[in-house]
Amino acid sequence: MKKPRDRRAWYQAASALAMNAWLPGWLKGRIFQGGIKGVCVPVLNCYSCPSALGACPIGAMQTSFGGLRFNLSIAEKKFGLYVIGFLGAVGALVGRLPCGWLCPFGFFQELVHKIPSPKVRMPSFFSYFRYVFLAVFVVALPLLVVDEFGFGETWFCKWICPAGTLEAGLPLVALNANLRALVGFMYYWKVGLLVLFMAAMVLVRRPFCRAVCPLGAILGLFNKASIFRMAVDDEKCTRCDQCLKDCPAGIRIYESADTPDCVRCLKCVSSCKYGAVSYSFLKKREVAEDLRAARGRA
Amino acid sequence: MKRKLPWVLLALFSGLMVAGLLLGEYKVVLEKAVMVCLDCIGIG
Repeated sequence: MKKPRDRRAWYQAASALAMNAWLPGWLKGRIFQGGIKGVCVPVLNCYSCPSALGACPIGAMQTSFGGLRFNLSIAEKKFGLYVIGFLGAVGALVGRLPCGWLCPFGFFQELVHKIPSPKVRMPSFFSYFRYVFLAVFVVALPLLVVDEFGFGETWFCKWICPAGTLEAGLPLVALNANLRALVGFMYYWKVGLLVLFMAAMVLVRRPFCRAVCPLGAILGLFNKASIFRMAVDDEKCTRCDQCLKDCPAGIRIYESADTPDCVRCLKCVSSCKYGAVSYSFLKKREVAEDLRAARGRA
Repeated sequence: MKRKLPWVLLALFSGLMVAGLLLGEYKVVLEKAVMVCLDCIGIG
C-alpha cells in the first residue's frame, strides 16, 4: 500500500484557513454572519472566531439541548437531530480522522508541543474523562439546569472550552472595545484555563484531545464501526513501539487498531519500518480478510 | 452484520441529519452561529 507522505501539517493548516477564511473579521473585530454559517464543521472550531465560516457542532448541540424546554412557549423545541446526525454520519464514514487531519485546535496543540521541554506521558485512564465532559457539560447540564429565563446554557463553551478562548475570546476582546468593557471573572477564568492547557500541551501530546474533547469522544465511539479502518498485520509487527513514539495520541496501535483514542493521523503508517500498519476502507479490508481466511482453510 | 454496520450507521445518521434539516434545525444553528457567543469568549 502506498504510504501517506508526512504532509499532514499542511492539511491541518489548510483546513484551519479554509474553516476560518473570512479574514475581514480580524480587521473589523466582528464575526462572519453569512447564511452558510449554519453548516457544521466536523471539528472544534469556535463560531465566534472572527473569521469562522461554519458552526461548531459541540456549541450547536448544547444550544439545541439548552433550548429544549417544553414548558416554554417561545422555546424552539429542537432535538439537535441535524447536529447529532451530522456527527454520526462523519463518525460512520471516517471516525476520528477529522481530529488528526482537520482540527485547528488539534493542530495548535501539536505546534505548542514542539516547544523544547521534558516530555511526559499521559496515563491512559485520562481518556475516560472526555466522556465525563461530554455527558456532564455537553448533555446533562444544558438539558437540566436553566438560567433566569428558563433556558439551558452552553456549559462546555462557558466553563471549559479553551478553543473558544483562543479563537474567539482573545481576538474579539483585543479587537472590539465594546466587548473589552465587559471583561470580568469568567474571561479571566477562561484565559487561565487556556494557559493551563497550553502548559500541558508543551509537556504532553494533545492533552485536550485525549482527556477533554467531547467531539473526540463522540467521533471516537465510531472508530470501531466506521467505513475507514486501521489495521495491523500481526505477522509483520515486532512490537518495537516506534508507532508509540511517533503517535500524537500516545497509543500502541498494535494493541487495538481501531481504539477510540486514535485520531487517525496515520503517523504510525509512515513510521512503521516493517509496513505492519495500514488503513483501508471497509470493503477492501473485509475482502482481504475473507481472502486470507479462505487461504487458511485451503 | 459486522460488515454492514458502518453502512447502517451512515444511513441512520444521514437520515437523522435530513430529518433535523426538514424540522428547521439549520435555522436554529445559524441563529446561534451568527451572534457573538458571549459564553464562548468568557463574557456570558
